Amino acid sequence: MERYVLSALVQNHAGVLSRVSGLFSRRGYNIDSLTVGETQEPGVSRMTIVVRGDESTIEQIQKQLEKLVEVASVRLLDSGKAVYRELALIKVAASHGGRPDIVQIASIFRARIVDVSSDTLTIEVTGDQEKVDGLIELLAPYGIRELARTGIAALERGSSLLSLI
Amino acid sequence: MGDTRLNGAEALVEIMIEEGVEYVFGLPGGSAIPIYDALVGRNVKLVLTRHEQGAVHMADGYARATGRVGVALVTSGPGATNTVTGLFTALMDSVPLVVVCGQMPSWTLGLDAFQEADVSGITYPCVKHSYLVKDVEDIPRVMREAFYLARSGRPGPVLIDMPKDISGARLSDMGKVDFHLPGYSVPLEGDSSSIAEAARLIKAARRPVLLVGHGAAIAGASIEVRELVERMRMPAVSTLLGKGLLPESHELSLGMLGMHGTAYANKAMVACDLVMSVGSRWDDRIVGSYSDFCKGAVKIHIDIDPAEIDKVVKVDVGIVGDAKAVLAQLLPLLEPGDTEDWVKQVARWRRDYPLSYRKEGKVRAQHVIEELRALAGGEAVFTTDVGQHQMWAAQFVGSEESRNWISSGGAGTMGFGLPAAIGAQLGRPGARVVAIVGDGGFQMTLSELATMRNLKLPVKIVVINNHYLGMVRQWQSMFYDERYSGVDLEGNPDFARLAEAYGVKGYRITRPADVRRVLKAALEHDGPVLVDAEVEKHDNVFPMIPAGASLKDMLLEPPKRKLEKPTGGT
Repeated sequence: MERYVLSALVQNHAGVLSRVSGLFSRRGYNIDSLTVGETQEPGVSRMTIVVRGDESTIEQIQKQLEKLVEVASVRLLDSGKAVYRELALIKVAASHGGRPDIVQIASIFRARIVDVSSDTLTIEVTGDQEKVDGLIELLAPYGIRELARTGIAALERGSSLLSLI
Repeated sequence: MGDTRLNGAEALVEIMIEEGVEYVFGLPGGSAIPIYDALVGRNVKLVLTRHEQGAVHMADGYARATGRVGVALVTSGPGATNTVTGLFTALMDSVPLVVVCGQMPSWTLGLDAFQEADVSGITYPCVKHSYLVKDVEDIPRVMREAFYLARSGRPGPVLIDMPKDISGARLSDMGKVDFHLPGYSVPLEGDSSSIAEAARLIKAARRPVLLVGHGAAIAGASIEVRELVERMRMPAVSTLLGKGLLPESHELSLGMLGMHGTAYANKAMVACDLVMSVGSRWDDRIVGSYSDFCKGAVKIHIDIDPAEIDKVVKVDVGIVGDAKAVLAQLLPLLEPGDTEDWVKQVARWRRDYPLSYRKEGKVRAQHVIEELRALAGGEAVFTTDVGQHQMWAAQFVGSEESRNWISSGGAGTMGFGLPAAIGAQLGRPGARVVAIVGDGGFQMTLSELATMRNLKLPVKIVVINNHYLGMVRQWQSMFYDERYSGVDLEGNPDFARLAEAYGVKGYRITRPADVRRVLKAALEHDGPVLVDAEVEKHDNVFPMIPAGASLKDMLLEPPKRKLEKPTGGT
């Protein structure tokens, strides 16, 4: 199943998240991540939803989302024409021996060490999902103790705008 | 001098009046008292029901019979949760409702107060839209939006959860408030290039079929559908809820298709080279097997809801728009094709495979229904419950007008028939309203006999009483080795005497010779009536296409051999 990224502008009402997440569970759609945050417009939030499915399922999801009265607009993003960013915090086991290697890996990924303890390092990384996945994969052998990912935020490249209506 | 400003409840009633609401159906409770109070002395009639499910179905029957928005008003907690079946029923069949629920005061929400429930959360999947009102100043806008959303586009139920402190608070301004619905638009006309493509395909077709669904009825497209059918000589089949949009007496009407549709409608679907759906959603009851459905035929789909296009059946041309508007765009582009051989073929099927039933022995349900339709006349409004009697009614109540056929289609809600008939009778006081119900479904909402009696409504209830949950018994008999489980309605009361206890005139039919005489007397009685028709217990509905099977695997009569369990749903 392919992975798709949908960007939706929604009215920032109580319940809108329930309606959207309820739609996904009701219709059996697979959701990878869902990120919600305010926009420059008061009362309007942007949801970035990463879903898996075939082309016809994604088309259905898009149409069903558009049917929700509080969802103003939905766009399926083209990965070549959009910027995706995710932030992850990775707490990795760091014994004395492994520590320099971990720091070096982090620096290759332009990731930052944001916390240090006697036996762990916490790394903050920002990038598209592939980059975050790549760093996690390289750190896995050292032992990942905790992991927090934000899900992605996305915008189309260029001057194209997702309009409210 | 006291405060002359309206409170929230009064504002709510004010807007109901502005919206032309005649009836509010419901049952009060603590949280709804301010709203019930605001109804006193106002020009909106309150219909006190015996259960909230009944209230919502009455609003639904009213809406279907009149085309207007039906309104229900209930209280918080169990009052609101009792509306869920009614909301779901209306959502599945695209019926415009506004359901107002009293709610506990806003400061108690989420604190598990008495009769406080997360009504929004419980009902999200059962409504077109909903509101939890948190500011009294929002009431005028919310109410106007609710009515607009309920009736526009693809209609549906809208729920308003109204905390008691909000309905009781004073409102500073009733002035016109603009809608704020940036995410909502109503399609009207269809895309002209798709319509031109549809016209080209229809002209090229030799064996076209028009599939008429509820959407065509909601759009009021009867004139356009008739013109299309007649000009193109294009036979039409209908879904359960599309019945009557093209009068079923029309020579090109093949009646209902699908699981228990007519043999000739289903044969036409199997053999057609083009099918155009107007306002149907290719429900599994009519399609059977998705992969086999109209294989090789060109498929055109007109629907006001973009999400219905390509949802379950992939189509060659999808047109989003209002059925009436799109057909009006399409008609001028059409040139008659050559369908005369096809029309003759379909007529032969109609002659060779008529609907039929065994007439000997005990009273037959089909006999009762056929006679009832003949005596009640083509102008009568019929409502049904759900099950065998519903399918027999769909087969034997030829409908001439879509608003005269009221049945729970998508949801298949037992208990719908009686309250829907009450709503329909209130909306159409001059019409003869007949509720055909089963003994199972009737017992789910029969407490509304009191409502019907109090209003002195001349509804005629005919109970097709086979002492079984008959459709389930039919399945168990055909597919489960006659292992009957949970279908015997032993302990049914004497329905005629029960009716009398409510002050409703009761009749009984026990022999075939009674049928005509008793039905005639019942229809001539000028008040509310119940007829208990004791019918053959073991009759099954045919034709039948087992769920999930191809339309060509239709059974015209009881099978000689044991059948595999169906692959589709119920």
